[in-house]
Amino acid sequence: MFFTYLRRELAGRRRQTAIIAIGMALAIALVIIVDSVASGVKAAQASVLESVYGVGTDITVAQSPTPPGEGEGGGPRFEFDAGAGTTADGTTELSQSRLSAGFGSSTFDESALETVQGIDSVAATAATLSLTNTTFNGEMPDFAQMQGSDGGPVAEEGTGQAAPPQGGPDGAGGSAFDVDSFSVLGLDPAADAVGPLSAVSLTDGRALDEGDTGEHVAVLDADYATSAELTIGDTLDLGGTEFEIVGTVTANDADSASASNVYIPLDVAQTLSGEAGMISSISVQAASSTDISQVQADIEAALPDATVSTQEELASSVSGSLATASSLVANLGLWLSLAVLVAAFLIAILFTVSGVTRRTREFGTLKAIGWSNRRVVGQVAGESLVQGLIGGAAGVAIGLLGIAVINLIAPTLSGSASSGGFEMADPGGGPGGATGGEATGGVRAFGPMGQTAAATTEIALNAPVTVSVIAIAVGIAVLGGLLAGAIGGWRAARLRPAEALRSVG
Amino acid sequence: MTGIASPAGGVHRIDTRPTEDTMYTLTKLTKTYRQGDRTVHALKNVDLSIGAGEHVAIQGPTGGGKTTLLQMLGGLDRPTSGTISIGEDEISKMPDAKLAKIRAKEIGFVFQNFNLIPTLTAQENVETALEPLGVPGAQRAERAAAALAAVGLADRAAHLPSELSGGQQQRVAIARALVKEPEVLLADEPTGALDEETRDEILEILEGIRRERGLTLVVVTHDSAVARRAERRLHLAAGTVTER
Ligand SMILES: Nc1ncnc2c1ncn2[C@@H]1O[C@H](COP(=O)(O)OP(=O)(O)O)[C@@H](O)[C@H]1O
Ligand SMILES: [Mg+2]
Repeated sequence: MFFTYLRRELAGRRRQTAIIAIGMALAIALVIIVDSVASGVKAAQASVLESVYGVGTDITVAQSPTPPGEGEGGGPRFEFDAGAGTTADGTTELSQSRLSAGFGSSTFDESALETVQGIDSVAATAATLSLTNTTFNGEMPDFAQMQGSDGGPVAEEGTGQAAPPQGGPDGAGGSAFDVDSFSVLGLDPAADAVGPLSAVSLTDGRALDEGDTGEHVAVLDADYATSAELTIGDTLDLGGTEFEIVGTVTANDADSASASNVYIPLDVAQTLSGEAGMISSISVQAASSTDISQVQADIEAALPDATVSTQEELASSVSGSLATASSLVANLGLWLSLAVLVAAFLIAILFTVSGVTRRTREFGTLKAIGWSNRRVVGQVAGESLVQGLIGGAAGVAIGLLGIAVINLIAPTLSGSASSGGFEMADPGGGPGGATGGEATGGVRAFGPMGQTAAATTEIALNAPVTVSVIAIAVGIAVLGGLLAGAIGGWRAARLRPAEALRSVG
Repeated sequence: MTGIASPAGGVHRIDTRPTEDTMYTLTKLTKTYRQGDRTVHALKNVDLSIGAGEHVAIQGPTGGGKTTLLQMLGGLDRPTSGTISIGEDEISKMPDAKLAKIRAKEIGFVFQNFNLIPTLTAQENVETALEPLGVPGAQRAERAAAALAAVGLADRAAHLPSELSGGQQQRVAIARALVKEPEVLLADEPTGALDEETRDEILEILEGIRRERGLTLVVVTHDSAVARRAERRLHLAAGTVTER
């Protein structure tokens, strides 16, 4: 009888059933899609982080950046002697390569590594030094022709014979130069398997190993090697020193770039950049995930000046459209689905209650002929529950369709995160400082700024479908149905059997 | 034989002592309703007994308390004061669940507007009466089909109420009231929504069943043609019962 009556009611009152079910379906579909996109965005953030910090890194230790002191800001400085470069036809060609710690980044003493290693529940550590190699290549007019007898630079046109400037790439006193920079990461070839290189795999050649300590060898990111037209066996100029390229690597995650363009042994990196005994970051792996917060607290206590971040905290440091997507999902998505959910629940409740009111005589009659209160309430609740479940099933279908569409479009999100506590996503603020061009003549050509050294990762959003998402949907459907059923049932329970003889309609 | 008297008899004895043949005993039964800040006395100190197997008609003006009295007899509501017994059971203070059981087992209702469940077929509507008795499915279907046959609707079992005429709907309602084989059949204006021809049809059915099964039949009506068929006629005006 229960199921017959239930079936007949749902079929006989299709409009009410459809309205309640559609409301629930839309809400559930939205929840499924938002949840799925949220985990897709989370996964994308994780893979951005992975490319920078490596797989299995639970905590990173860095130094909070300090504002640059007087006269030392502005990135690498190129200084050329009066006689530097080769001069021909009134044009001087200059080229210089500098390897230095990234602009705005802070390095700290490598003794911190031992401190961290001495902390309980620290399973593995790896120290890195994050550097930027900047190469200046330029052609300038021969300044000598414009100099007075005292050898000082000509400051104003009035002194001596003001012959029209000659030389330079345009033959009229102009300059042309480009500044090319790429990221270099110094790491200990003998260190534990955490840190940036744990997220890459070898494409060609060999990786750095213990024997490379002190050697001028480099491993390149495969994409960078291709764009810079470098292969294994070639040499690469880092801060004026020739390095032999021994291998290339790619990020394990097909969508992301690896953490750096070039990887070299830590000790060599420290010596050439003038950062002897300094590091910029330590990757730490805890013995187990439950130890992470304790380890973080211990490191903070042991190294009061350091910035100690967990992977979770770092997720918020990911910038770019990924960050936008993340906050969009977290805010708008959450509130929107919550609002729609509340609306759907209200619709279900209102329609159920008004349905009970409309059926006052029906339920009164059933009570009059001896149906127990519980039986009547059960019937109302059963109807609501099934309406909710129909909505749930439709919602899962719509939700899966929505997710399929998102995955088909696969919008690309980009995210950057940078190790060592500095942001380099903005090339304008990066190294350069090529103010020399303004001195005389006109700046005719600015070379490309070259590679930006931050790990910007382009990731196609993939919204996953998980069992838990479906479970959430079914849970919501049951909850909505039961809520409407409980309130409708409560109304039905309060109906007096005498209504059978009173109620009209 | 309390209460049963010849229709021609002048004054009926109103005995409030329950005997073996008494179906209902009402003593000083009062029911008041609040309407805003007014108190309406729907029933005033009614003393009445109705014998088992009696056919009683209740007449009176609208608002006189007929429906209220029928609700008391059917255990649908509780009196404000006084007592009412069905057989040996004093029901005025009985818990709801127990009262529902008595309604399920012993009392059949027929309503002016039929009160069929609109989404259920004739057969299913009749089966709803057996639901609270816990009759197993197969037996339920069988008994409901037999009850429909008894009111001449065997061929309409699969129809929805909306597909039946008023007279047919009231016959389904009678089948629903009778399928559980109750002691009492209470009808509030059972022919009020029907034309004269259909009215007579329905009355034939009700009387036939009463004779056959010996059940107590209480019919509220303002149709004198209906009331004349009863053995005993009560007049109810302003909450007070008088015999006719
Ligand atoms: N639920 C109720 N609330 C308030 N007043 C009621 C209610 N039911 C009946 N009444 C009042 O009780 C009186 C008797 O009503 P009723 O028993 O329906 O009379 P009848 O059936 O003879 O027309 C009327 O005045 C009616 O307005
Ligand atoms: Mg009435």
